[in-house]
Amino acid sequence: MAEEVKLFGVWGSPFSRRVEIALKIKGVEYEYIEEDLANKSPLLLKYNPVHKKVPVLVHNGKPIAESVVIIEYIDETWKHNPILPQDPYERALTRFWAKFIDEKCLPALWNSTWSKGKDREAAIEEASQHLNTLENELKDKKFFGGEEIGLVDIVASFVGFWFGALQEVSGLELLTEEKVPKLCKWSYEVVNQSVIKENLPSRDKLIAYFSARFADASK
Amino acid sequence: MSEEVKLHGVWASPFSYRVIWALKLKGIAYEYVEEDLSNKSALLLHYNPVHKQIPVLVHAGKPICESMIIIEYIEEMWPDTPLLPTDHYKRAIARFWIKFADDKALSVLRRTLYTTGEELEKAIKECLEILEIVEEHGLEDKKYFNGEKIGMVDIAFGSILYWLGVNEEVLGVKLLEPHKFPRLHKWFHSFQEVPVIKENLPNRDNVISFLKGRRETLEASST
Repeated sequence: MAEEVKLFGVWGSPFSRRVEIALKIKGVEYEYIEEDLANKSPLLLKYNPVHKKVPVLVHNGKPIAESVVIIEYIDETWKHNPILPQDPYERALTRFWAKFIDEKCLPALWNSTWSKGKDREAAIEEASQHLNTLENELKDKKFFGGEEIGLVDIVASFVGFWFGALQEVSGLELLTEEKVPKLCKWSYEVVNQSVIKENLPSRDKLIAYFSARFADASK
Repeated sequence: MSEEVKLHGVWASPFSYRVIWALKLKGIAYEYVEEDLSNKSALLLHYNPVHKQIPVLVHAGKPICESMIIIEYIEEMWPDTPLLPTDHYKRAIARFWIKFADDKALSVLRRTLYTTGEELEKAIKECLEILEIVEEHGLEDKKYFNGEKIGMVDIAFGSILYWLGVNEEVLGVKLLEPHKFPRLHKWFHSFQEVPVIKENLPNRDNVISFLKGRRETLEASST
């Protein structure tokens, strides 16, 4: 069967980049479609009527939404170069950490950048705690996935790459060698893995985008 | 699989019940440990240091946290009576709805439980919108979300809708009305008739008292 794989994404989105990383790990050929979130295409709205968001993977005409759901699908469909571990207990731990990062870390890191006053203070406190939790979880491993990157590393690339850029723009100092040395080392390692490095947005472009947004938000 | 299975839970928690239903549907023997959330056991804090929450499943001494993650683990370790489809695409759709249940439906349930006044009105409105989305997109023409037999998505939504139903009584508001949500209403009725579910629900009066007590405290502190 001729495989047709399409990915609807947005250049700066960590969620759509995650899926691209997963597809590249598996060596799956795909057509990428850049969406304009201010002017969503009818196709996106048809493929993701519930959330109307990216990323959406369309495999042989069938759409799947939600980045981690998509990655689990990719991992099950193309079995070589596994992204999740094989052992059920390890898989449960992987899913736990991916959920922790998405539900707790990302919102706290995002809010610590963009919110104001007391909300911001609370977000910064929370973000610090979560980064410490990740620091402790890393222990002596090279990656969250062990010797090779796995789902948790891919999901945590927000922390490694996007938050690094956000920090530069906001002046916050949460992800520092002093505070979270292992996490910083991990973040350097993970961002320099070729499959990740080649599939991240341009840092300059991201910083320019965040800077403009930060300037607007400060008015 | 003869290794010991323990479930740390709380009688009034929908998350505890999700895991109980999965274990019972698969006929897995387990020991249940009731936790006191106002006085968390050292064991619970040891098993779930990140969230300090129930449920926690402990299998052969190894803890697993987060209800739907626990159920996926159970599904992988005990594949009989499958709770997820085997087809990859259908599994992805199931996982999509599980995430929707936990991200959207659960969050709105919480707000109908823990807010008052204007915030509560807003939560009720959002709840109806969420139900509409599931009615329109989630069930299609299937008997259950999982097909002919209940599965993980049914468990995810079933637990939320049960607690929502009890809260409807506490609030004196009808949300899951049959004329507004015919498919969902019918599904929920069938879900509750499944023997494992029917025989494993908390005492409804106890949950009502519990939620009423909480609401009274909430209303008192917000005046």
